[in-house]
Amino acid sequence: MSDLLGPRDPASGAGWDDAPPRKGFFTDTSVCIGCKACEVACKEWNLVPADQAAGLSMLGSSYDNTGALGASTWRHVAFIEQPKRAGGQDLNLPLFPVGPSASDAVNRAADTAMTGDRSQLGTDTEAVDLGMPGFQLPGQRADRKDERPRTDFRWLMSSDVCKHCTHAACLDVCPTGALFRTEFGTVVVQDDICNGCGYCVPACPFGVIDRRVGDEQTRNVGIAQKCTLCYDRLGAGHTPACAQACPTESIQFGDVDELRERAAVRLATLHEAGVPEARLYGEDPEDGVGGAGAFFLLLDEPEVYGLPPDPVVTTRDLPSMWRTAATAAGALLAGAAVAFLGRRR
Amino acid sequence: MTRPTTPDSDGIVAAAAGSGDRPPARRGRRRRGNPDNQVVPDVEFTSYYGRPVVKASPWEADIPAYLFLGGVAAGSSLLAAGADLSGRASLRRGGRLAALAAISGSLYALVHDLGRPERFLNMLRVAKPTSPMSVGTWILTAYGPMAGAAGAAELRGLLPARLGPLPLGWASGLLGALARPTGIAAALIAPAVASYTAVLLTDTATPSWHEAHRELPFVFVGSAAAASGGLGLITASSADSGPARRLAAGGVLLELVAERRMERSMGITAEPLHTGTAGRLMRAATACTVAGTVGAVVSALLPGRRGRLASAASGVALLAGSACTRFAVFEAGQASARDPKYTVVPQRERLDRRRAAGSG
Repeated sequence: MSDLLGPRDPASGAGWDDAPPRKGFFTDTSVCIGCKACEVACKEWNLVPADQAAGLSMLGSSYDNTGALGASTWRHVAFIEQPKRAGGQDLNLPLFPVGPSASDAVNRAADTAMTGDRSQLGTDTEAVDLGMPGFQLPGQRADRKDERPRTDFRWLMSSDVCKHCTHAACLDVCPTGALFRTEFGTVVVQDDICNGCGYCVPACPFGVIDRRVGDEQTRNVGIAQKCTLCYDRLGAGHTPACAQACPTESIQFGDVDELRERAAVRLATLHEAGVPEARLYGEDPEDGVGGAGAFFLLLDEPEVYGLPPDPVVTTRDLPSMWRTAATAAGALLAGAAVAFLGRRR
Repeated sequence: MTRPTTPDSDGIVAAAAGSGDRPPARRGRRRRGNPDNQVVPDVEFTSYYGRPVVKASPWEADIPAYLFLGGVAAGSSLLAAGADLSGRASLRRGGRLAALAAISGSLYALVHDLGRPERFLNMLRVAKPTSPMSVGTWILTAYGPMAGAAGAAELRGLLPARLGPLPLGWASGLLGALARPTGIAAALIAPAVASYTAVLLTDTATPSWHEAHRELPFVFVGSAAAASGGLGLITASSADSGPARRLAAGGVLLELVAERRMERSMGITAEPLHTGTAGRLMRAATACTVAGTVGAVVSALLPGRRGRLASAASGVALLAGSACTRFAVFEAGQASARDPKYTVVPQRERLDRRRAAGSG
């Protein structure tokens, strides 16, 4: 039961002697550019097949056509479009940004200055709305050339991943021991042990792990699958594939203690720079899962990114659940005994 | 209901619950009153394109069927042992055979539900108190052979006499001698079989299961008593059926009371128990259970063949009610996992309360 109450260092709590420092991710979403290199690198390295649960489809959720984390999606980049001013981009102009697209005005000015005739330079084009994602500025509409203040707009992007919880519900409820705590303090499925009971799926408070669906040729079909924090790469002293591929260091890999310090520094920097909405998610060892091994810097409430606002490991209530079940079992035994006390007809 | 995640005319998702500009008045967002004549008041919350936060279990009908069959087996073992000790032969025989059949069906459902059924025995690699499924596996490993041996002893009586005594005469004799001790052992383990399945569901992040954890074990043992009592009413003779009738009535009472208390303590996560498939099943469960109980009581007063038939019909209704209860609880949980509302709203309220108290 030590997993329920738990030491703060999960690897030594799981019985590892001389465990190396706990490894994890700090995903700084304020510098994520939504390139999805992490998704691709993860798929490549870990031989994760196409996600047949989600299928290949346009989801109508900004640039997110991946959908959600799952058995065949171990990194998922979320895209959120919001009518809000992007942090740190306020130029202190009262109506910034305003007016029609700059390119039309620049074209006109260039024509006038150089030839006096717009068609001479071939710049007599005005943007036509084809209903496609265009190049006009956010809030700008091609059919409305009149002066009109642009709406505030920002794009949130965040690469989600398994949290590798200190108190991991998936690991607690696994009945075969297929899920285990590695020496790095991460949580990994042993593919050759898991029998696909599916209990870890509803147990995870973040909706990360899932049972893989697919035809019989699909690798590891029918068993639980999720991020391993690239256990094989870690063992060889390498960085996990997603962090290695990230071009902006939005995904940072390292010792969890050091990552927590880095996160605190980054948070203070952003607050000083005028991004008060920046907040850390999952880094607090006092939270409902004892702190995550993979934590985040977010620019809005967690639920905006599809994350639970206050996740709690379900097994925290397990001792009281067992007591209630024992009481109920006693009631059934007593009730059955009483049923035989009556007079024989 | 206006979900904040609906794209506005500019195609921009108004996921507008940012912390910085959230007015303090947004606390207590659940609308009071009932302006639109809705049964359930709307709740405002934010989600990522309305997608689920937690995953619904990949389980299908096997699991609620197992919940039902496990309850039938457990209650039947209890009735059979009591009947054995008090000399009610027909109730004993029916109970032991029912337990054997129900636990066999349970095992089939449990194996069939696995993603890799051929690896079923991996369940026996470890014994983990943190995993209700592991605990349940060991409970069933203890219970199954006991209920099986007691049931097999009753099967002997069903075989045509010309098959005995050779060549399995000695085995038959052994089964006969073991019937009572194994039957009593099965009865002593049976309450655990009936109640642990509640923990199996509540030890998850599925909102409508976890939030039921204070009462669900009582609902489930009550349901098990009602179902097995109902089955006893079908199998036992009129002279022997008294305990089955009383067990069923007591079970129904416990189930109904516990279920009402459960719904009150679940808050918003009780909603899925009233809507959609789960809601229909829950209403059917209540109707069947109440009808079965009334029938069970009335049939005791009817003489002879009419009483026997009425008892059996009541038993069928009680069994159907129990099955509907299990499927309703199962479906409500699945629905609660698929709708982010049931994950986000209670957690957001908890977080806001903690922040208001100054410790968040």
